[in-house]
Amino acid sequence: MLAFTLRRAIQAIGVMIAVGVISFSMFRFAGDPVNQIVSLDTPAAEREAVRKSLGLDDPVAVQFARYFGNAAQFKFGVSYQFRQPVSSLLAERMPATLELAICATIFAMVFGILMGVYSALKRDTVLAKIFQAVSLIGISLPTFLIGILLIYLFSVTLGWLPSFGRGEVVRVGWWTTGLLTLSGLKALILPSITLGLFQLTLIMRLVRAEMLEVLRTDYIRFARARGLTTRAIHFGHALKNTLVPVITVAGLQFGSVIAFAIITETVFQWPGMGLLFVQAVQNVDIPIMAAYLLMVSLIFVTINLVVDILYTVVDPRLRSTIRRPA
Amino acid sequence: MTSPVLSVRNLEVEFHTRRSVLHAINGISFDIAKGEVLGVVGESGAGKSVTGLAVIGLIDPPGRIAGGEIHLSGMRIDHLPPEEIRRIRGKRIGMIFQDPLTSLNPLYKIGDQIVETIRTHLNLSETAARKRAIDLLAEVGIPAPEKRIDAYPHEFSGGMRQRVVIALAICAEPDLIIADEPTTALDVSVQAQIISLIKRLGRDHGTAVMLVTHDMGVIAETSDRVAVMYSGRIAEIGPVQDVVQNPLHPYAKGLMGAIPTLAGEDKRLVQIPGSMPRLSAIPKGCSFNPRCGFVFDRCRVERPEPIAHGTQAVACHLYDAAAKATIKETAA
Repeated sequence: MLAFTLRRAIQAIGVMIAVGVISFSMFRFAGDPVNQIVSLDTPAAEREAVRKSLGLDDPVAVQFARYFGNAAQFKFGVSYQFRQPVSSLLAERMPATLELAICATIFAMVFGILMGVYSALKRDTVLAKIFQAVSLIGISLPTFLIGILLIYLFSVTLGWLPSFGRGEVVRVGWWTTGLLTLSGLKALILPSITLGLFQLTLIMRLVRAEMLEVLRTDYIRFARARGLTTRAIHFGHALKNTLVPVITVAGLQFGSVIAFAIITETVFQWPGMGLLFVQAVQNVDIPIMAAYLLMVSLIFVTINLVVDILYTVVDPRLRSTIRRPA
Repeated sequence: MTSPVLSVRNLEVEFHTRRSVLHAINGISFDIAKGEVLGVVGESGAGKSVTGLAVIGLIDPPGRIAGGEIHLSGMRIDHLPPEEIRRIRGKRIGMIFQDPLTSLNPLYKIGDQIVETIRTHLNLSETAARKRAIDLLAEVGIPAPEKRIDAYPHEFSGGMRQRVVIALAICAEPDLIIADEPTTALDVSVQAQIISLIKRLGRDHGTAVMLVTHDMGVIAETSDRVAVMYSGRIAEIGPVQDVVQNPLHPYAKGLMGAIPTLAGEDKRLVQIPGSMPRLSAIPKGCSFNPRCGFVFDRCRVERPEPIAHGTQAVACHLYDAAAKATIKETAA
């Protein structure tokens, strides 16, 4: 088990190095950063001074080594537009994104699994068919449209929920949270639904399909022949067997939720990393873009690692293949 | 004679499809006494497994029991509400399925699965149920049961898994065990062990056993009586010795003739021409008539009902006294 985890961790580091190379190369190919910093009438000597102060006149290998060494310590340089260290900018924005992503994922998981189980067990009921139809809408409508529709309905027409921002936030150490104030919680609802809806429908359809598959298996038939209660069969035996694929998808989707929070954050003007990234793209703020790329890959790689380990918790068969690698 | 453990009368099972109704079981009757092993043989699709599933109440829609009665120790069980038949399943009727590799839930330790079943049916504490589970595993011949109880299904071989399945089937001391092709998926060497295990358990606990298989060898070795099924009907039923040595029904004759002997006579094996009719195209009259070498006019119009003939009962017009006369007449 330990060897397996270590092997996966080493692979993860390999992936991060590859991403690091890509993110570094952005500096070299996305235009001259000095032009972004100085104004049009800055004399050439001053440009050279800026170039030198940023270390841009060193050989590529030296720059890469320096970039990498810094990135490993979460130092991503200074933002061109804000003139602040990128790491502190990200740290400031990260709680907002993470809170949003976690709420969206919890929303998607809870309702996705419940609705999926229901529509598998009561396949022919009207409600199950409504779930199926609604899930088609959820899977095919683009996120920004859902966001705008929700804003129109709940903020503009009904006026129940705020249409933008995080509401009041409380500072806990360096972490700012909207979970402790009423306005913060209210502000979370619409963006979470918007961000989580696609995941919800995905999980629901997956759970339904897997559950139907599992209910047809011999061990479920045998469990019935043993006279177990329907509840024990459905929730003890069938649901657990559907969890492996659900964990995979939900895990990978959590990465996407963070990465694609960009759209939701833009629609709701949510002060998270996604919004920061959009501003960075508009202003060719390469340090932020590069750091964002690294952060998102780090999150993806970490989630993958966790998912791999979670499998073995659910499925004992994987545990023994891991113990004795073939 | 005390009342039989299982008594099936005129059982009919049908499956509703979009186009028509298929009759999988067409009015079969049989009894199994305490401690008796009834073998049920027949080709694939003869309705052997469906009979077993009907008895334990596991016929799922679109199938349903369309007629007849099933009595377990005198109590009628064929149209009990789902919750009551569930209480009977596993407690009074144990079932063993064909494939031990897929019968156990791969995610739970076998001990947990046994304890779960025991505690569903018997009012035992976790510890007592676990102790009973260890005893059961020992009884079905799992070595070191106190260790193996915490193993997962994939850590057992096929034969060992079938033993676990059997332990699960007998964990609440059922009156009846339905074994649906319990050895088909196993190695030949393991088959014999499993068969003798089922036989021993039936004898030790006085459990009635319904053994569904298409292996005549298994039947001959294990059963007291045998029922030969053909397209949803019992063609012939009787003591295993008599049916094997002296089959009456032309189909049963064909079936016994198709068993190779070890004696080494270089006779060609008898082959029954044709194949069993599909459920959607069962011929009128006797469903065996298109393949039967003794077919005569009556077989094509009238369905034969079982006729007692010595210790055996056979559903064939050849054994109807009146029919015999007709044959003589036509021959003369």
